[in-house]
Amino acid sequence: MAYTDKTRGMYADIITGLKDAGLFKQERYIHSAQAADIEVEFPEGAELKKVINICANNYLGLSSHPEVVKAAHAGLDSHGYGMSSVRFICGTQDIHKKLEKMVTEFLGTEDTILFPSCMDANAGVFEAVLTKDDVMISDRLVHASIIDGIRLCSAMHDTFKHSDMAHLEEKLQLHSDKRQKMVITDGVFSMDGDTAKLDQMADLCEKYDAMLFCDESHSSGFIGRTGRGTHEKCGVMGRMDIITTTFGKGLGGASGGCVSGRRELVEMCRQKARPYLFSNTIAPPVVAGVIKVLEILSATTERRDKLEKNTEFWRKGLTEAGLIIKDGDTPIVPVMLFNAKLSQDVSKDLYNEGIYAIGFFFPVVPQGQARIRTQISAGHEIHHLEKAIEAFKKVGKKYNILGKTKAEIIEMYGM
Amino acid sequence: MEDMKEIIRTYVVNEYVEDDTEVSFDTPLISGGIVDSFSMVSLKRFLENKYKISIPDDKATPEAFDSVNKICALVNEFTK
Repeated sequence: MAYTDKTRGMYADIITGLKDAGLFKQERYIHSAQAADIEVEFPEGAELKKVINICANNYLGLSSHPEVVKAAHAGLDSHGYGMSSVRFICGTQDIHKKLEKMVTEFLGTEDTILFPSCMDANAGVFEAVLTKDDVMISDRLVHASIIDGIRLCSAMHDTFKHSDMAHLEEKLQLHSDKRQKMVITDGVFSMDGDTAKLDQMADLCEKYDAMLFCDESHSSGFIGRTGRGTHEKCGVMGRMDIITTTFGKGLGGASGGCVSGRRELVEMCRQKARPYLFSNTIAPPVVAGVIKVLEILSATTERRDKLEKNTEFWRKGLTEAGLIIKDGDTPIVPVMLFNAKLSQDVSKDLYNEGIYAIGFFFPVVPQGQARIRTQISAGHEIHHLEKAIEAFKKVGKKYNILGKTKAEIIEMYGM
Repeated sequence: MEDMKEIIRTYVVNEYVEDDTEVSFDTPLISGGIVDSFSMVSLKRFLENKYKISIPDDKATPEAFDSVNKICALVNEFTK
């Protein structure tokens, strides 16, 4: 009972500061299942609005897939709701082991360990396999969960400029005296949608006797010819030492994550990773759902093929409309607006046009790099994308940004 | 001394600056947001390798690394 008025006031002031700085995050309530078409309550208390969702990580459109939902129901019936235990006491079921084996086969690795989330996988993996005698060398744009995991690890940490292989090589030379070296990257970078040069990184790691780590959260299920991920696209399947990924995006969208890779490294996680040791693992119905997702994706590439076509259509449509997008071929397509307020205004106007997309600005992205991040799904049909492109054209015309260069947009709206 | 300053300034610019930010010998590096605490590691290792010195961790503080002039003073402390 020491929550005094002074204490309350201190936190209230911090929250007010966030609002004043435009950094306050406000949730929009979705009343339907996750899909291309959703019903949203925003602001709180407003009437429900039907909108097209182009900002979910539902890349393969499996979040509400009938077969996945049915499998989750069956898992709930056969294996119950929860485990009430961590894995090594009495929290491991046959389906957890089955899923670990399936993920290993899907990713082409040696072994896999499940975590409650990929955030937990990244938080636990580094401290489990590295010590103060080692060094972690990470791309400067890796995901926040990797940064947190690095902070929890006693090994030395250094960075290399985003996707700069010459700089990475310099760092590998600089730290050549370390016991173990681990190069750390995302497969697909979540804010820019670009892809890691895993083939070149694997070569450098072999040259300098370093391990290679990749977070495949924004690539598992759809990047590469059969959707195995960035390592498939770059032709380095079997050369990865550690892959982490999530079941909360393309692979069904519910929750859970894993560390997959070299047998001994996975075993080190099983023995030492704290989020694994001190937290329940993925709940049985979700495990059953992810098993079904992997069965679907192993049987056919239909969904990742459709996503690829949708992505091509979307990138072409936005470019022809005169908008500036980040180069690439992934379904993460940032529409660059550069100015923070402009990104918020465009997002608001798109919503009024029935398109749900969010503006990102500093500190989530660098200063002067504000954008609307759009994410395409195999759950989208062409008519969804056509409607969204028309909305972008209408709103873009209102703000006079169609066909304009970066410099012209910055001149009109500032950084 | 001037040589050392220029060598360190050049290293900082090449290593950390990705736009057209100017870095003088007195530009605040850590407090100015040019070098983050993660990246201090490579700067420390660069100095140790280049000048054949060993900088104890308790001396490699953000304050001691906050400008090219301060870094030079730190290096000189260990090369004497």
